[in-house]
Amino acid sequence: MASDKNEAEWPDRLRRVLKDAGVTRVSHVPDAGHARLIGLCENDPDMVTNVLTTEEEGIAIAAGAWLGGAASVLLLQSSGVGNCINMLSLPAIGRFPLLMLVTMRGEWAEFNPWQMPMGQATQATLEAMGVTVQRADTAEDLIATVESAAALAFKADQQVAVLISQRLLGRKTW
Amino acid sequence: MVSPVPLDRRAAVAALLAGRGDLLVVAGLGSPAYDLHAAGDHDANFYLWGAMGGAALMGLGLAQARPERPVLVLTGDGEALMGLGGLATIAIAAPGNLTIAVIDNGHFGETGMQRSHTGRGLDLAAVAAACGFAEAGTVTDMAGVEALRARLRGPAEGPRLCVLKVEACNLPRSLPARDAVYLKNRFRAALGLGVN
Repeated sequence: MASDKNEAEWPDRLRRVLKDAGVTRVSHVPDAGHARLIGLCENDPDMVTNVLTTEEEGIAIAAGAWLGGAASVLLLQSSGVGNCINMLSLPAIGRFPLLMLVTMRGEWAEFNPWQMPMGQATQATLEAMGVTVQRADTAEDLIATVESAAALAFKADQQVAVLISQRLLGRKTW
Repeated sequence: MVSPVPLDRRAAVAALLAGRGDLLVVAGLGSPAYDLHAAGDHDANFYLWGAMGGAALMGLGLAQARPERPVLVLTGDGEALMGLGGLATIAIAAPGNLTIAVIDNGHFGETGMQRSHTGRGLDLAAVAAACGFAEAGTVTDMAGVEALRARLRGPAEGPRLCVLKVEACNLPRSLPARDAVYLKNRFRAALGLGVN
């Protein structure tokens, strides 16, 4: 079915949206939800990717990239949002564009109770640090939402996180 | 063996920046920012007043965005220790135009001079070397600082980290602007980049 195909190919479409927004830098931690997008970006000669040891590094890299004229995206999981809290003061106080794509855990059909506290606190944590949160529950939604978020970030100097619903990512099989 | 006399941090930073040319500089919070400011304010200086652990990574993002320009990060031992994982990230990214100078007084100077990990024996240059930095060393005299300055602007096989062993003392503060939006726009304008 065409809709199933669209659902499966959202990372490909997402890379196109990011490129159209001028994104040339990608920071990421290992993440199953972002695995396909990470691979696509690593194989894209126009993208520079950085693998991080902790998510907060990506916040500082994004600020430095913008200082030098480059737009970037940070790919992370909801649990990693907690690692970013103090570093989020840097884009907030400097009005550095920040675009975060957050794959959610701790919500739809989560099997691991350890993912629940941070997953449930993700949006409140981001908002407490001044980040605008937008959320996508379907692939169609996600493409439009990332287009919006990229405009907010790179044209309006905002810090924006798009939460990618666990329902969109699919139930984790174990 | 007689221990070497620690460097004067202000003299060391001023020497590193002498004839800075097209050098882009990011300074971590606390004394490194004051040292950079004391050496002379400059449009291509970005001073952090917070975001501890972020200076070296900000330098990485900047170095990757501007591969044709040499980038210097000035950071303290305390900040470098907080961002140890960042050294791994920088080593793997392997920019050939990024130098991290750790102004190491072996203490957390901003918060009451408690002895830091380096003051208790941790060797940051060895950590950087283990991560895979192209160059990693420790400097204890002005000749070493001069030698680093001479290499700063040339390309390298990968990132450099140099620990500058300095005297633990609280110098009079030389305070840069705290307005990060101003600092950002000034820096970007120096690179010919516009304001949104």
